[in-house]
Amino acid sequence: MALSTERPSPRRVPQRPGDRIFSGFSTGAGVLILVALAGVAAFLLVEAWPSLTAPAEDISGGEGLVLYVWPLLFGTLISAVFALVIAAPLAVAIALFITYYAPRRLAQALGYLIDLLAAVPSIIYGLWGFQQLAPLTVDPTTWLSENLGFLPFFAGPPSATGRTMFVAIIVLAVMILPIITAVVREAFRQTPRLHEEASLALGATRWEMIRMAVLPFGRSSIVGASMLGLGRALGETMAVAIVLSVSGGVTFNLIGSGNPSTIAANIALQFPESTGLQVNTLIASGLVLFAITLVVNMAARAVINRRKEFSGAN
Amino acid sequence: MPTPTTSTRSDTDLYAPLSGVPLTAGQLPRGAAPLTLLAVVLAGVALWLSGWNAAACAVLGAITYTLVVTVWSRVVEGSRKATDRLVTAVVTCAFLLALLPLISVVITVISKGLARFDAEFFTYSMRGIVGEGGGAYHAIMGTLIITGLATVISVPVGMLAAIYLVEYGRGKLAKAITFFVDVMTGIPSIVAGLFAYALFALFFGPGVRMGIMGAIALSVLMIPVVVRSTEEMLKLVPNELREASYALAVPKWRTIVKVVLPTALAGIATGVTLAIARVIGETAPLLVTVGITSSDNFDPFDGRMATLSVFAYNSYAHPGFPADAFTDRAWAAALVLIIIVMVLNLIARLISRLFAPKTRG
Repeated sequence: MALSTERPSPRRVPQRPGDRIFSGFSTGAGVLILVALAGVAAFLLVEAWPSLTAPAEDISGGEGLVLYVWPLLFGTLISAVFALVIAAPLAVAIALFITYYAPRRLAQALGYLIDLLAAVPSIIYGLWGFQQLAPLTVDPTTWLSENLGFLPFFAGPPSATGRTMFVAIIVLAVMILPIITAVVREAFRQTPRLHEEASLALGATRWEMIRMAVLPFGRSSIVGASMLGLGRALGETMAVAIVLSVSGGVTFNLIGSGNPSTIAANIALQFPESTGLQVNTLIASGLVLFAITLVVNMAARAVINRRKEFSGAN
Repeated sequence: MPTPTTSTRSDTDLYAPLSGVPLTAGQLPRGAAPLTLLAVVLAGVALWLSGWNAAACAVLGAITYTLVVTVWSRVVEGSRKATDRLVTAVVTCAFLLALLPLISVVITVISKGLARFDAEFFTYSMRGIVGEGGGAYHAIMGTLIITGLATVISVPVGMLAAIYLVEYGRGKLAKAITFFVDVMTGIPSIVAGLFAYALFALFFGPGVRMGIMGAIALSVLMIPVVVRSTEEMLKLVPNELREASYALAVPKWRTIVKVVLPTALAGIATGVTLAIARVIGETAPLLVTVGITSSDNFDPFDGRMATLSVFAYNSYAHPGFPADAFTDRAWAAALVLIIIVMVLNLIARLISRLFAPKTRG
C-alpha cells in the first residue's frame, strides 16, 4: 500500500506557542547566568578603571596599584595555601573514614555532621577564632618560636593576643575542610565495587584495598577538590578580617603580631569608610581576586570533569 | 627452623611447614584493640583529673593508642596488618579532630549568645540606644527581607536554567553553562558584593547603599547552588514518565510543568532550602552593598538596611561603651543566625527524607 511505504514527512511536529515561550524562557535563564558572570567581570573592570589609570601617588600608600595589591596578594596566597596543606590530607582521611571505616548505619549521619561545618556562617567562625581559638594558640606559638624559631614561619616574636596568620590559617582550614570532603567522598563512593571486592578477595587488608583500588581511582578528584578548597580559601573574607591583626608588609612569619592582610579582608575592612579613588582601588584588588579564583576554579572543574569522562565507572 | 610465633598449638595440619613457611599468621586476641582503647581513655581521664590540660591528655592518649596497637600488631601479626591498624587509628583520629571545631563553635556561640537572648533582643531596634539594652529586630527583619528577595530572584532563574540544561540543552551552549555554573559556585562572596555595588554605582552614583543591591549580590551566590541541585533532581526523574506523557500527546512544556517538576519537587525544595541556608549567613557582600543602620528600614529600595550578620560584625568591630553590651549583642545575633541556619538544614533533610522521589519499584 502506498500509504505505508511513503516516507515519513520531514516536517517536524508543529511547535505550540506554549512550547516556544517555555523553551525561550529556560534558554534565556541559562544565557542570563553566562551574562551575569561576564557582567561581574565587566562591571568590576569599569569601576576599577579610574584606579588603573590614576598616577601612582594618588593610590592609597602612594606607591601605585601594583605595590598596593602585592602585599595583600601575598597574604591571600600564603593563608590559602597553608590552609590547604592542613585541610587536604585531613579531608581525604575524613572521606575515607566516612566511606570505609565508619559503621554503615552511622555513615550518613556522620556525613551530615561534617556538612554542618560548611553551614556555619563565616562571621561566626571569625568571632570564634578571635575569642576562643586565638587565646589558645598563644602558648603553643611561644613554644614554637622558642624551639623551631630557625624556620622562617616561626621566627617570632610571638603575638601576645594570638591574632596571627597561624590562627587565620587554622580557621580557613576548618572552613574549607567540608568542601573538600564532600567532593572526595562523592568520588570514593563511585569507586567500582568490583575493584574493591577483587582486591579484598586477593587477600589485601582494608588499607591495601584503599591504596590500590580507591586512591588511584579518586586521585584526580582529590586534586580537583583541593583546588576548589583553595579557591574558597582565597576568597574567604569575614573570618580573616576579624581574626587577623593587620599591619601590612610581606613576611613569612606566621606567628608574629604584624601580618599581611588578604585582599578580601582588606576590602571588607576598608570599603565602608572609603570614598572616591580608594573605592576604585579596592574594586581593582577585588578584580585581581576574581581573576585568581576564576582561574583556580576553572582548573579545578576541568580536572574533576576529566575524571568523570574517562573514569572506569561508566 | 622457623617456628610459629604466637600459638602453642602444633597439632593441626595447618602448621605443617610448607617448605618452611607456616600457613597461618598470628592474630591479636579478639577485643585487643577496644580494650587498649578503653585502657588509654581511662588513663587519659585519670591524667586529666590529676590536673593535666585536657587537650594534652587527648593528644597523648591518641598517640599512645596508635603506638601500642601498631607495635603490638607488628610483633604478632606482621607489618601489613600493622599498617592497616595504624591507618585505621589515624583516619579515625582525623575525623574526631574535625568534629572538635564544630563542637567548640556550637558551645561557644550558645554560652556567649544566651546572655542577650531575650525578648527585648527580638522586639527592639538599636534606634537611640547608646549602651546596654536594644535589640536586633531591625536586623532580623532586614535579613529576612533581603534573603527573601534573593530567593525570589534566584529560584525562577535557577530552576529555568536547570530545566534548560536537562530538558532542552544540547551542544556547546549547554556545556558552557554547566561549566560556568560550576565555576560560579566558587566566586568569592565579597566579589559578588563588589559586583552589585559596581552595577548600581554606574546608575545611582558612588556611595549608593540599598537592600536590593544585597539581594542581587546574594543571588549571584545562590543561583548556581539552585541550578546544581535542581539539575541533579531533574536527572533523577525517570524517562518513562516523560515518554508516557508524550505518548498521550501532551506538549513538552506541559510535560515539564505537570509531570517532571512535581516528581522532583521535594528534591528541589531541599536544594532551595540549603541554598537559602548558605546565603542567609553571608556578611561580606551585605557589608559593601547594604551597610548597617540602627533604625527600622524595611524598604529595600531606599537606603541602608540592617542585617543580622552585619549587625553582629558591626557590634564586634565598632563597639561603643560599655563594650560588653556590644559584644553580648554580637554573640546573640550569632546565636540567632546559627539557629536559623541549623533549622533550615534540618528542614531540608526532613523534606528530602519525607518526600524523596521514588526512583525504583
